[in-house]
Formats: sequence, structure tokens, C-alpha cells
Amino acid sequence: MKGNPGSPDAAKVTPAREAIIRVRGLHTAFGPQVVHDNLNLDVWKGEVLGIVGGSGTGKSVLLRTIVGLIRPVRGEIQVLGTDVINGPESDRRAVEKQWGVAFQDGALFSSLTVLQNVMAPMREHLRLSHGLMKALGELKISLVGLPPLSCGKFPSELSGGMRKRAALARALALDPKIVFLDEPTAGLDPIGAAAYDDLIGELQRSLGLTVFMVTHDLDSLYAICDRVAVLAEKRVLVEGPVDMMATVDHPWVQEYFTGPRARAATAAD
Amino acid sequence: MSTATVSVENIDGGPVLRLGGDLVTEALGAVEQSFARFTTKAPRLTIDLSNLTSLDTGGAWMIADLQARLHDAGVASELVGGSAERTALIETVSRARPHERGVEAPPSGFLPWLAGLGANTVDLFKAIVSLLNFVGLVLHRLAGTLVRPWRLRAISLVSQMQEIGLNAVPIVALMGFLIGIVLAFQGAVQLRQFGAEVFVVDLIAVSVLRELGILLTAIIVAGRSGSAFTASIGSMKVREEIDAMRTLGLDPIEVLVLPRVLALIVMLPILGLIANICALIGGGLMSWAELGISPGMFLTRFVDNTDVWHLGVGMIKAPFFAFIISIVGCWQALQVGGSSESVGQRTTQSVVQSIFLVIVVDAGFSIFFAEVGV
Repeated sequence: MKGNPGSPDAAKVTPAREAIIRVRGLHTAFGPQVVHDNLNLDVWKGEVLGIVGGSGTGKSVLLRTIVGLIRPVRGEIQVLGTDVINGPESDRRAVEKQWGVAFQDGALFSSLTVLQNVMAPMREHLRLSHGLMKALGELKISLVGLPPLSCGKFPSELSGGMRKRAALARALALDPKIVFLDEPTAGLDPIGAAAYDDLIGELQRSLGLTVFMVTHDLDSLYAICDRVAVLAEKRVLVEGPVDMMATVDHPWVQEYFTGPRARAATAAD
Repeated sequence: MSTATVSVENIDGGPVLRLGGDLVTEALGAVEQSFARFTTKAPRLTIDLSNLTSLDTGGAWMIADLQARLHDAGVASELVGGSAERTALIETVSRARPHERGVEAPPSGFLPWLAGLGANTVDLFKAIVSLLNFVGLVLHRLAGTLVRPWRLRAISLVSQMQEIGLNAVPIVALMGFLIGIVLAFQGAVQLRQFGAEVFVVDLIAVSVLRELGILLTAIIVAGRSGSAFTASIGSMKVREEIDAMRTLGLDPIEVLVLPRVLALIVMLPILGLIANICALIGGGLMSWAELGISPGMFLTRFVDNTDVWHLGVGMIKAPFFAFIISIVGCWQALQVGGSSESVGQRTTQSVVQSIFLVIVVDAGFSIFFAEVGV
């Protein structure tokens, strides 16, 4: 059964918490191909939400729709209480400063150094002296665990893992309340991925971030995600703590969370 | 709009720095100076956070930076009135604060300038060696293709010929036509003073056939196709498609460079010939309108007085120009680094260098033909 807008199942489970992102009745389509049909989702303030789903179920599309890169056919998305789909442009701009997005391959500006990349959003949105912006940029780079030497390097001179960290530093540049991560650990070695998970967890706790994370990495789900939302059949099939997933009676969810890789991840946890 | 407040007062003989409001990144501009100017002679400072309504990493950095600066001056500081999360945030930021500066300002002065000049000279020399290497490599593959012609990418060759040649016909023809008009007009003004109007035919024929037709065509093609070679192959390089080709056992020279080089060598003489014909037509029409030289008379004088070698001299140069443009375009493409900006830089360089080299070679040919007497 598909939930109707306004009364999602999740709201009944944890009604006391404050929703920082509310998605209601989202319908996204590319021509005749429907990606999301009547999708509802809540992201609670201060949590790490992991979005999982098979390839082509619209995980990245959901992320891109929430941050406004794709326009849905219909539906409502509220971020920090602001309607980002139909609301006025000025409200949208104000909300944009409250989130940071780290794309899958970094999407760093290739003609700028890492430090300039991190400073780019500050230059655009803040009125600070150059020295202070530089100091804050260096702080962000140091916070994500990159050595000071990497400030002056160009993205093409960094390894894949370092690029992801630099992208996170840029996403954190404006001290956002929400961070969107698209497959943050894809393409990293297991040790690097675990270190990146730790980093996200630590930053999330110390900066009080809300993290919206699209991932395929079961280890990440078990290590840092407070909740998991499974996308299937063009909607959020089920959401809840990762431990609950193994009990869900759906073939894909069963396969995903009780398969051999999942058992390894649980054992490691 | 968030605002932060900073105030200092003395309680029990010790200074207390009171922070209030939203000490967040967007509000830092207003309080930056207060923090930077703050000094105290007392051995201890209390920093009171109890009036803060919000704090983020930017604000935490300000506090941590102040604490570190005071610490270096021998002043101990203590945080009071902050919640556990805020104290933890300041602690985290304090630990992450880079102790060494990442980027140093580039040194300036005479010696670094001299060093830069030397480095540029060495780079130029290396670039010339690399270009010559590339010429050798392409000639080697070309020879290999002559021995085994079935390895030539025929479809790619034909498609390049269409793009480079057929699609460039309108612009090249128009350019030639206009050049003919300009030459006839300028020639008419000068030659009329001597009553030697009819020599305008020789003027147009010699200048267009020997030099202008092919040279201007080469310049247009360098701007049109040379840049396209660099941009398209360069983008492939950025996206590691060239590396992918190598791992699949495909030779980028054979797959990408040879079809372009051969297509341009075939098409540039044809485009040059079209430009020549159009320039003669344009010149003829202008002579008719301006000097009253009828098309029949123009043609008769043209056929009688123009040595066929004038055309030969122009056409001989065409394949050389084509080789230069395509080689420089493809070589620059393979020098592209990791960034998309470098594609733009290389494309510009490719056009500038190929036009420059075309003119240098043209000058060389002029001397050569003058020496052999054609």
C-alpha cells in the first residue's frame, strides 16, 4: 500500500523528533520512465541516514532532487521548514547555504587548488577577510584529515580517497546543518573506507550535522548510520535502524541484509 | 542575519572575555577585528561562553586561535559556561588547527625571476623535443599503415574528411571570394594612377595562387579543425579514455591521430583550390564593376599571362601546412593534463602555434622557390 501525503509510516514510529527534511508525495520521471512514485521520507535532525537500494532505484536521483538539481513532476520537499520546490527563490538561496553536497567523484573545480575549492563557497556567500577565509579553509581541510601540504595541490594531483575528503571539506565550508554524501566510500580500499566512515561519524557528532548518505557499503551502514531507508518499487520500501532490516519480509531486503556480505559486515561490527 | 558580541570586563582582578549572540561563520566579519586586537597583560583569562546562542566551527576556530595566540604570549585561558558539546567542538577544532602553514607565498626578486626564465627555456626545449618525437612517431605509424593499408580506420578517415573538408567549404569559399574583391579593389586604386588597370588580373592571379589562397585557408582550417582536434582528443585524455584505449591494445596514434592527419592532408589542398577559384571569381567581378574589365577579357589575360607554376607553388605547400596543423593539434591534445582548464589552454596554444608554424614554413618556401626560380 502506498502511504498518502501527510501521514507517513515513519512519523508514527518517532513522532517526537524534528524533521529536517520532509519529502511528501514525490513523483520524479524522465520522460516516460518513472523513478519515484509517491515517495515519502523524513530525515530527523542530527541523524545519519543511509539510503540503499539496487542500481537504478533512484537513490542519487532522490539526492539530486532534494538539493534542487532535478525538478520533480510533483510532490513537496521541505528542508529546514522551507519549501524548496515551490517556495520563492530567495528562501531557496537561504536554505542552500545550510547544506553541503559531496558528489561521488568529488566534482572539485579542476582549475582551482584544494584550498581555493574550499574557499569558493565562502567567497560567494560570506563577507570575511581573505586571511580569515584562508584560515577557515585550512581548518576545514585539516578537519577532514588532509595534510596541510594538500592545500596548494590541484584535484588532479590527489588520489581518489583524498579527492573525496577534499570534496567533504568543500561541503563543510559554510558550516552546513545538513551534508549530502553520494556514495562516500565507493572506490576506496576497506581501510580507507573505514577511516572515512569514522571521519564522518566524528564530524557528525562534534559539529552536530545531519547526514544524508547514499551508499552501497554495508560496513558504512553498520558503522555509522542511525537509520536506513531502502528504496525499491519507486518509493521508500522500509526505513528504520539497520538491525531491523534483517527482519523485513521483502526478497531484495532479505537478500541485501542477510547475504554473505551482510553477515561479514555484522560479524565485523 | 546573525550577530555576535564581544566584551571584556574585570571580575576579581582577572579579565573576563564575554562572548554572546551567534558566533557563527557568517557573523565573523564583524568581530574579526575585536578578536585580532584583543590582548591582555594579566596571566589568566576567563572566556565566558554562557551568553552564546550558537557556535559553529568558524566561531570555534576564532576562540581556539585566540587561545593559541595567548598561550604563545604566556597567558593561560579557561573556558567557562559552555555546554559539553560546545567545549568539545572547540576542542576538536583546536586539535585540527593546522600548525604549519600549507601554502607559502611564492618568492619574488631577481633570482627567482632568473630561475623562472631558465625553467621556461628548458620547458621550451623539452616541448620541441617532444614535438619532434611525436612527428617521428606519427611518420612511423604512417609508414606502417602504407605497408598494411587495411589497418587504416577508413570510416574514421571519411568522417574526418567530411568534418574537416566538406563542412568547411562554405566559409572557405566566402573568405576566398572576399579576398578576391579586396585585392581587385585595392589594386584598381593603385594601378589606375599609371593607367595600367589591366595588370590587376596578374596581381590577383599571382598573389592569390602563390600565397594568399592557401595561406588564408590554412589559417581558417587551423582555427576550425586544429582547435577541434585538440579539444576533442584533449577531453578524451582528461577522462582517461586514451589510457583505456592503450589497455585495450588500441594505439591512439593509429586510431585518433592518423585519420585526422590523413584527412587534413587530403582536404586542405582541395579547400585551397576552392578558395583560389572563389578569389578569382570575386576579383573578376570586382574588376568588371570597378575597372570595366569584362569577364572574357579577364579570362583571356589570366590564361595567357599566368604561368601554371603559380598554382603549383601554392598547391605544393598545402600538404605541408596540413601536416603542421594536424600534428600540432594532436600533439597539444596529448599534452593535456588532468583538468578541463588545461584543455582550453592547450587548444589556444594549438591554434597559435600551428598558425605561427604555417607562416614560418610559408616564408621558408618563398625563399626556396625564389632560389630555384619558379
